[in-house]
Amino acid sequence: MAFRCMRLRPLLPARRAFSTSRAARSDALFVHRDTPYNNSKIPFEFDEANTKIAKEVVAHYPPQYKKAAVIPLLDLAQRQNKGWTSISVMNYVAKFLDMPPMRVYEVATFYTMFNREPIGKHFVQVCTTTPCMLCNAYDILSTVKEHLKIGVGETTPDGLFTLVEVECQGACSNAPMLVVGDDFYEDLTPESTKKILDAFKKGQKPKPGPQSGRHTSENSAGLTALTSKPYGPGEHCQPEFK
Amino acid sequence: MLAKAAARRGLKPLWNVQLQRGFATVQDPPVRHYGGLKDQDRIFTNLYSRHDHGLKGAQSRGDWHRTKDILAKGDSWIIQTMKDSGLRGRGGAGFPSGLKWSFMNKPGWEKDPRPRYLVVNADEGEPGTCKDREIMRGDPHKLVEGCLVAGRAMNATAAYIYIRGEFYQEASHVQQAIDEAYKAGLIGKNACGSGYKFDVYLHRGAGAYICGEETALIESLEGKQGKPRLKPPFPADVGLFGCPSTVANVETVSVAPTICRRGGKWFASFGRERNQGTKLFCISGHVNNPCTIEEEMSIPLKELVEKHCGGVRGGWDNLLGIIPGGSSVPILPIKKCEEVLMDFDSLKDAQSGLGTGAVIVMDKSTDVVAAIARFAHFYKHESCGQCTPCREGTTWMMNMMDRFAEGRGQEREIDMLLELTKQVEGRTICALGDAAAWPIQGLMRHFRPEVEKRLAQFKAANGPVLFGGRLQRDVPSELAIPDNMGPERPEQQLPPPPAAA
Repeated sequence: MAFRCMRLRPLLPARRAFSTSRAARSDALFVHRDTPYNNSKIPFEFDEANTKIAKEVVAHYPPQYKKAAVIPLLDLAQRQNKGWTSISVMNYVAKFLDMPPMRVYEVATFYTMFNREPIGKHFVQVCTTTPCMLCNAYDILSTVKEHLKIGVGETTPDGLFTLVEVECQGACSNAPMLVVGDDFYEDLTPESTKKILDAFKKGQKPKPGPQSGRHTSENSAGLTALTSKPYGPGEHCQPEFK
Repeated sequence: MLAKAAARRGLKPLWNVQLQRGFATVQDPPVRHYGGLKDQDRIFTNLYSRHDHGLKGAQSRGDWHRTKDILAKGDSWIIQTMKDSGLRGRGGAGFPSGLKWSFMNKPGWEKDPRPRYLVVNADEGEPGTCKDREIMRGDPHKLVEGCLVAGRAMNATAAYIYIRGEFYQEASHVQQAIDEAYKAGLIGKNACGSGYKFDVYLHRGAGAYICGEETALIESLEGKQGKPRLKPPFPADVGLFGCPSTVANVETVSVAPTICRRGGKWFASFGRERNQGTKLFCISGHVNNPCTIEEEMSIPLKELVEKHCGGVRGGWDNLLGIIPGGSSVPILPIKKCEEVLMDFDSLKDAQSGLGTGAVIVMDKSTDVVAAIARFAHFYKHESCGQCTPCREGTTWMMNMMDRFAEGRGQEREIDMLLELTKQVEGRTICALGDAAAWPIQGLMRHFRPEVEKRLAQFKAANGPVLFGGRLQRDVPSELAIPDNMGPERPEQQLPPPPAAA
C-alpha cells in the first residue's frame, strides 16, 4: 500500500495548483447548523440583574438607535451564557433591541470576541503578534499546548480550558502575554505560564498583571521617569489657572 | 565699508581679511538637543498606576482643577490654545488637532438642531502600541476631563469612549472615573457648574482592529460590522448617528486640559517646529527593559532606547532594525536608527513614520522576514473584507511572505510582491491596505539581500522553485511547464549560424 502511494504521488501534482498553501479558512464556521447544544429552541433570557444592566446600556444611545447597544448586549448575554454566543442568545438580543436577527448575526460573526461554539471555563488566549513573537510568544504557546495537552482551538476533556491564539492585545511593553478570561498575564516565561495554568486547575485565581515582579509597564531596572512626587493642583499652571 | 575705513586711516584695504571674516556677530544657532523631559513637565503623572486612579487621587494630581474656568473661556479660546500648542493627533495620522476640532464649528452650526458627538478612539490595537492602556488605568480622570474640554471646544453634547473589548480592567477604571465625575457634578446636566450639559458614555468593542479606523469605529458604535465608510461626507458633517462628530485618540483628548491650564506655549516649547509637545512612547521587543514612557517629541531614537530601556539586548551593535511607529510603518535599519528623531517629519524623511510612537526593536537574532510575515498574518486576519484589493491582497501578501520566510520562492517574485503592495496601497477605502503594504515595502527596501539570501539557500537545497512556490522537481518530467510558471530551463545550444555562402 505504501508503495502504491509513493508511486501515485508524483502524478498528483499534475493538477494545477494556484498556491501551495492550504486555503486559509476563517476562525470559525460562518454558517449556523443546528446541533443538540446550539439551536433556536434552547431558551435564553437575561436574568433579572442583567435585564437591569441591559436597560441601562440601551439608555446610553438615542432612542431611534437602540441597535447601537448590540455589541454591549451580546457581550452581556455571552457572559451569562457561559462565555459563548449561541443562536438563541443572538435571537434574544435581536428581540430585545427590535432589530432583524440577521443584523445581530452579522455583528456576532464579525467580531472575534463572540465565541459561537462553547468554550471551557477558562478561556486562554495567547498573543503571538510580532512584538510578542519577538519575546518568544511561540514558546509560551507551545508551553500551554503541552501543559494542557490540547491544540489551538481545542478544549480540554474536563472542560476547564480552551486555548486560542489571538492577535495583538495591546500589552506589547509587557510581552509575552496571555489572557485568561478578562485578565492579562504579562511578562511570561514558560515556568510562570505553567504556574498560572496550575493555579487555575486548582481552582485558584493567580494575580493578573506582570509576572516578573514589576508593577505595570515601567522600566524593570528602576524608574527612569516619574520618580518625584506628582505635582499638585495649580502647580506650573498659567497665572489665571493657579 | 571696511575698505573705505581702511583707506581713511591710510591703510591698504585688506580685501582678503574681509572675505574671510565678516564683522556681523551672527553665530550659528545653538544646536538644540531634544529629550530629557523633566517630571514636572510630564502630563501623565500616574502613567505607571503607582498612585490612586480614583477622583481623589486625580484631584491631588491637579485634574479637574478650575475646569469651570476653562469651559467659561469658550470654544474658540480652547481651539486657539490647541492650535498654539501645535498638538498633532496622537493616533497615528498626526493631523493638527486644533484644526480638526474647529471643523465642528462651521459658520451657522448653532442653527443645526442635531446633537453633536465627540467620539474617543480607545480601540488601541496597533501591534506595538500600549500607551492608551496606561492612560486609562492610571489616569482615567484625565480622559474624562479631556472629553469635557474637547467636547466644549467642539460644542458637543455627548462623548462616547469606544474602548476595545479586551481592555476589561481599563474599561472598569474609566467607568469608575465616569461614575465618580457624574456623582461629583463634574459632568452631566451642569458640568462643573458651568451650565454646560455634557454626557460621557463608555462603549466596549468586541475585538476588531479595523474599528480603530474612525469611520469603522462610528459604524461599530452604531451596532454594525466595523466596515469603514467612504469619505466624504466627513464625520464632522455626517458622523455618529448621522450627526456631526469628531473622532480623536485617547492621548490627544487627555492632554487637552493640561495644555489649557499650562498654556499652548508651554506645550509648544517641546520638540521641533511642527512636531511640538510631549508624547507617550511604548518600547517593546529586544530591549533590556521594555517600558512605556512620556518623553519630549523629537528625542533621538537611539537616546530613547538607551536612556529609558537599558539599551538593545547585547548592545547597540547587536541591533538589526527598529520599527519606530507600530506595525503599519516601515522598518528602519541600524544606520538610520542612529540618525532619526522621534517625530513626524524626521521619520517621514527616513521613509517611515511616527505612527502611534510604538517602537519595536529587533536585534540580530531576529528572523526579520518571519517577523514581517507575522504582520502580514495580522493584516490578513484583521482586514474587514469590504474592499477587494485589501481582502484579497492581504491574503496574497501573507502567502508570499510565508513562502519567503521559508525561502520558497524566486527572486523575481520579490518584485511581484512589491508590485502587489503597490496595487493594494491607495486603492482601498481606509488605510488598512496601505498599512499592510508598508511593512513589506520597508522590508524589501532595507533587507532585500537577506530575503534573496534565503531564497538562494532554499534553491541550493531543493532545486529551482516555480512561481507560486512549487518545486520544479515535483512536476512530472513528461509534462511541459509553461513559461509563466518561471521554470529554469537548461541552456539550449543554438545551432551554429549557417556559414556564409
